[in-house]
Amino acid sequence: MAVPAVAAPPPSTRRVRRSYRGWQFVGPFMIVFALVFLAPIVYAIYLSLFRNRLIGGNAFVGLDNYQQALQDPQFWSGVGRVGLFLVVQVPIMLFLALLVALALDSGRLYGKSFFRVSIFLPYAVPAVVAALMWGFIYGSQFGLIGNLNDALGITLPDPLKPSLILASIGNISTWQFVGYNMLIFYSALQVVPKSLYESAAIDGAGQLRIIRSIKLPAIRGALVIATIFSIIGSFQLFNEPAILRNLAPNAITTYFTPNFYAYSLTFSGQQINYSAAVAVVMAVITMIVAYVVQLRGTKDL
Amino acid sequence: MSRFIKVAAAASAAVLALAACGGGGDDSSSAGSSSGGATVTDAQVDAALQKGGTLTVWAWEPTLKDVVTKFQEKYPNVKVDLVNAGTGDKQYTALQNAIAAGKGVPDVGQIEYYALPQFAIGKALTNLNSYGAESLKADFNPGPWNSVNSSGGVYGLPMDSGPMALYYNKEVFDKYKIEVPKTWTEYLEAARKLHKADPKAYITNDTGDAGLTTSLIWQAGGKPYQVDGTNVTINFSDAGSQEFQKVWQTLISEKLLAPISSWSDQWFQGMGNGSIATVATGAWMPANFVTSAPAGKGKWRAAELPQWTAGANASAENGGSSLAIMDKGANKELAYGFLKYANDGDGVQIRVDGGAFPATSKTLADPKWLGDEFEYFGGQKANEIFAKSAQNVVTGWSYLPFQVYSNSVFNDTVGKAYVSNTTLADGLKAWQDQTTKYGNEQGFTVK
Repeated sequence: MAVPAVAAPPPSTRRVRRSYRGWQFVGPFMIVFALVFLAPIVYAIYLSLFRNRLIGGNAFVGLDNYQQALQDPQFWSGVGRVGLFLVVQVPIMLFLALLVALALDSGRLYGKSFFRVSIFLPYAVPAVVAALMWGFIYGSQFGLIGNLNDALGITLPDPLKPSLILASIGNISTWQFVGYNMLIFYSALQVVPKSLYESAAIDGAGQLRIIRSIKLPAIRGALVIATIFSIIGSFQLFNEPAILRNLAPNAITTYFTPNFYAYSLTFSGQQINYSAAVAVVMAVITMIVAYVVQLRGTKDL
Repeated sequence: MSRFIKVAAAASAAVLALAACGGGGDDSSSAGSSSGGATVTDAQVDAALQKGGTLTVWAWEPTLKDVVTKFQEKYPNVKVDLVNAGTGDKQYTALQNAIAAGKGVPDVGQIEYYALPQFAIGKALTNLNSYGAESLKADFNPGPWNSVNSSGGVYGLPMDSGPMALYYNKEVFDKYKIEVPKTWTEYLEAARKLHKADPKAYITNDTGDAGLTTSLIWQAGGKPYQVDGTNVTINFSDAGSQEFQKVWQTLISEKLLAPISSWSDQWFQGMGNGSIATVATGAWMPANFVTSAPAGKGKWRAAELPQWTAGANASAENGGSSLAIMDKGANKELAYGFLKYANDGDGVQIRVDGGAFPATSKTLADPKWLGDEFEYFGGQKANEIFAKSAQNVVTGWSYLPFQVYSNSVFNDTVGKAYVSNTTLADGLKAWQDQTTKYGNEQGFTVK
């Protein structure tokens, strides 16, 4: 304020001009980035430091909400549930996606483009529609399961009962995202030079050896990326439980997943501040897990 | 003030992964209104109606559409903007957001009786006593009137009410020679007999419904909620609650309840095809039968609610809603004029003609209304049963000032009794504990 810009010596002027040019390019992005990315996060953190009550109003409570979240058995049961989902569903889904990608890449599949499109198709179905559709399929009274029971005179286990609901949700996610991951792997495989395969064949390598020694190492980066996306996706599980809850209100609790818990806290209990703390804690957990996977996955690339 | 702004944006910002929900409504008026607690006379209300203006009303009750049309004919200077902002919970969420944001708040909102104390204690509503609402007491049935009285004020005018009745599929009952149950013990017997005769048929559906549970405890004379300002007592071990638990636990344990949630497609299918034989709910139900379970036409009848004590004639309310004036709304005199018209004046008949169940005592005594024959119920004069139920509602019931939250965790706690070995008693205890914890966190003194 006290130093007028005009009085600046020539070298400094040059430096200022150079930095302006850079900001002109980066500026628009930075503004949007700050507005839609940083501001909500900062705001959520700000909110999480207060507590607004029906009686007594709003007060600054420091880290109390965080302390409460870290000791909240409902929150941790949600984290545990998505953790279990992660270690079971993600490997199955990625393995299936890899299998399909390798099959398509092998060039020995008849009707390759048909398979590619039809496996990718579920990804194009909106998540909400997919959950509704599967909800109908899972219906043991009037849904597909119910119809099968009637037609065959059998009693299939109810997919919406508490002990099976997580597996049923895993099934929906797998159905939906195998195609997406397959596409990532498949495009990574496409850029591997074909000459490598030829020379491997000349050296006497079989298909399995080619996969193990050439293809898998070549798409390792893609594998890591797909894994990280899947981890984040698992931790953010929300659509399926939110929709299926209408059909299975007793199997899916309001704290079924951390995200759904944050949602319930905000919209049923007006506990906006606590919900913000839960969201922040969950974001930190997600970042840590994703970062660890990334470090390990790219360690000796 | 700033606290509202904070809370408002929180709805979108807090939950990072969720899409924003924003402030709910859009338009609404800007000019702040007068009357801070001062008494407003009928003459002032009339003057406001003649002068006119714009009113925004958030309601999902379908019969209000006709009321608004007629209201605007009578007061041509008034323009009413009727908005359906969602049913029940969904509307409350939108309303809470608008209140928190301090803008887009409607002038008038439809609020169910169970949710009214929560909005009243949150200072979101106008106390209608300053408009002389107390003098309208005699116009309404005691049950609904009791429901709009909260923390020493009148916070809405009753719009409809839900004295309970037992709706049953007569065709199914006749087929298996089952008597219409007079007590809940007989109801249990009927449930066993029916399910044994046809394993695909159930006496009723239930997957855990907070509204039904509290209503039946209410009918049994239980008073689990005691509210005195911010001092609240919750106790699900009183005699009435235990009465309910005994019968319902047996229904659950013997798998006599269809695992179908109310208001689902399966529910209406079941009522149409005879696999759900009874529904115990409010007197507002017939219109839903007609539109959503047309296959049951002529087969269903209404009966008095089964009793907990043989020979008694106790009843309870299930559902029902009021129209309330928002504290942050503009033009409150005009809003009160609309409330009186819709819920106490000409509007009542318009809504009754449209199939709504009234909260006004005059209608309940009207012979023409009592004599209405319900086509869906095979020409039965069902209003006689409903009117009797309305007069027999057990007095002294109150809901919690945080009932909306409490009901939202019903399936987390009591719901376990429906799908696991947890007993209903343990479930209710867990519900009580979690609700108590929430109440204390929110600054109430809950025991």
